[in-house]
Amino acid sequence: MSRPTWFHAIILGAFCTGFGAVLAFTDVLTKDEIDARKIEDMQNSLAQVIPASIHDNNPVTDAIVMAGEDGKAITVYRAIRGAKVTGVAYEIVGHGYAGEVHLMLGVDSQGKVLGVRATAHKETPGLGDKIEEKKTDWITRFTGLSLGAPPVEKWKVKKDGGQFDQFSGATITPRGVVGAVRQGLEYFAAHKAQMLEVR
Amino acid sequence: MSANYGKIAKDGLWDNNGVFGMLLGMCPTMAMTTSATNGFGMGLATAVVMAASNLLVAMFRGYITQEVRIPVYILIVAAMVTLVDLTMNAWMHELYKVLGLFIPLIVSNCLPLARLEAFAAKEPVLPSLMDGVFMGIGFTLSLTVIGACREIVGSGTLFSDASLLLGPAFKFMETRILPPDTGVLLAILPPGGFLATGLLLACKRLLDIRAGKEISMGGAHCVG
Repeated sequence: MSRPTWFHAIILGAFCTGFGAVLAFTDVLTKDEIDARKIEDMQNSLAQVIPASIHDNNPVTDAIVMAGEDGKAITVYRAIRGAKVTGVAYEIVGHGYAGEVHLMLGVDSQGKVLGVRATAHKETPGLGDKIEEKKTDWITRFTGLSLGAPPVEKWKVKKDGGQFDQFSGATITPRGVVGAVRQGLEYFAAHKAQMLEVR
Repeated sequence: MSANYGKIAKDGLWDNNGVFGMLLGMCPTMAMTTSATNGFGMGLATAVVMAASNLLVAMFRGYITQEVRIPVYILIVAAMVTLVDLTMNAWMHELYKVLGLFIPLIVSNCLPLARLEAFAAKEPVLPSLMDGVFMGIGFTLSLTVIGACREIVGSGTLFSDASLLLGPAFKFMETRILPPDTGVLLAILPPGGFLATGLLLACKRLLDIRAGKEISMGGAHCVG
C-alpha cells in the first residue's frame, strides 16, 4: 500500500505550516518582552562602566553609530548631563588565546577610563577568564587611567615591558585586553569631537 | 499493549539511561558539565523539550507517515526548542541568562530524536509523555553527577552559582570542598569531560555486573 509522493509531501507541508504558525504566534507574543529585556541588560552592563552620577539621560537610547578604524560600525552610548556629554561607552574587541574578547569600555569627556568589563569571551576557565570581574579585580585596574597616564609605551603587560600584570599561566589574554583598551582610548582621542558633540 | 510505568521509569533513570545506557547526547554532555549547576540546567531544559516532543509525536503518530517521519520529528524537536527559548527569554529572563546558551544545543542532542523514533512513534500518549519525563530526569541526573565530579576535582566547589539558576533560596547548596586554586584544571577542560564520563560509565557497568545484570551494549545509532 505504497502512497504517492505528493501525499507525504502534503503531510510534511502540513506539519511545517502548523508548527511555523505556532512559532510565528509565539514570536509576536514574546517580541516586546524580549526587546525590553535586551535594553535592560544593556543598561545593566553600561551601568558598570558609566557611573550613574555623571548622567541624567538613558545612555542606551542616546546612542550614536560611528565608523570604527576597521570600517565596522561602532555603537557609542553617551552619558549626558545637562546639555553636555560627560562620558561615552562603546564595545572594544581584543584578541585573546581563544578568539575575540569583547569588552565594554567607558571613557569620560577628558579621556579617562571610567571602567572596563569583559562582556563575552571564550578564554580558558581558570586561566584567561580572570579578566572577568566576578573572578578577580584585575579588570578594575584600568579605572582612572588614560593615554598619558601611564605613558603610551607602558600600556603593555609587564612581560612586554609595560606596567600591567599578566596572570600566571596566561599572558595572551591580558595582552589582548590591554591592547584593546589602549586602542579604544586612541579611538576616543581621534574622534573626541564627534563623540562629545551634542546634537 | 498495557503501559508498564515502573519499567519506563527504571529504563529512563538507570537501565537504559540516555548517557550511561545508550551513550546518546554526548555533545551537550561533554560541553555543559563543567559544573554541577550547568549540568543540571542543561538536563532540565532537555527534559522539558523531550517531554513536550514525545507528547506531540504520540498525539500525531497516526498522521505521520513512515517516509517523512524523520523530518517531522526534527521539525517538532526544533519547534519545541525555539518555543522554550523564546518563552524563557521573555518571562524567565534571569534563568535564561544562565541557561540561554545551552538551549539551542538541545537540537544537536539526538536523545530526544532517538526516543521519538524508539518509543513515542509506537506507544500511546500517556506512556510516551512519561517516557520523555523519565528519560529527561535520567539525563538531568547523569549530567548533574558528571558535572559534580568535574567541578569538585576541577574547581574545588560543588553547585556553585546554584542560586543564579534556582533562586536565592538555594544559596545553601553552594559549597566549597577544596581550598581555592587547588583544583586540577584538566577536569573542567574538554578532556576532563571524556575522562569523567568514561570513569562513571565504568562504575555503572561494575554495579550492573555486581547485580548480575546482563550487559548489553546500548544501541547507539548516532552520538550527537
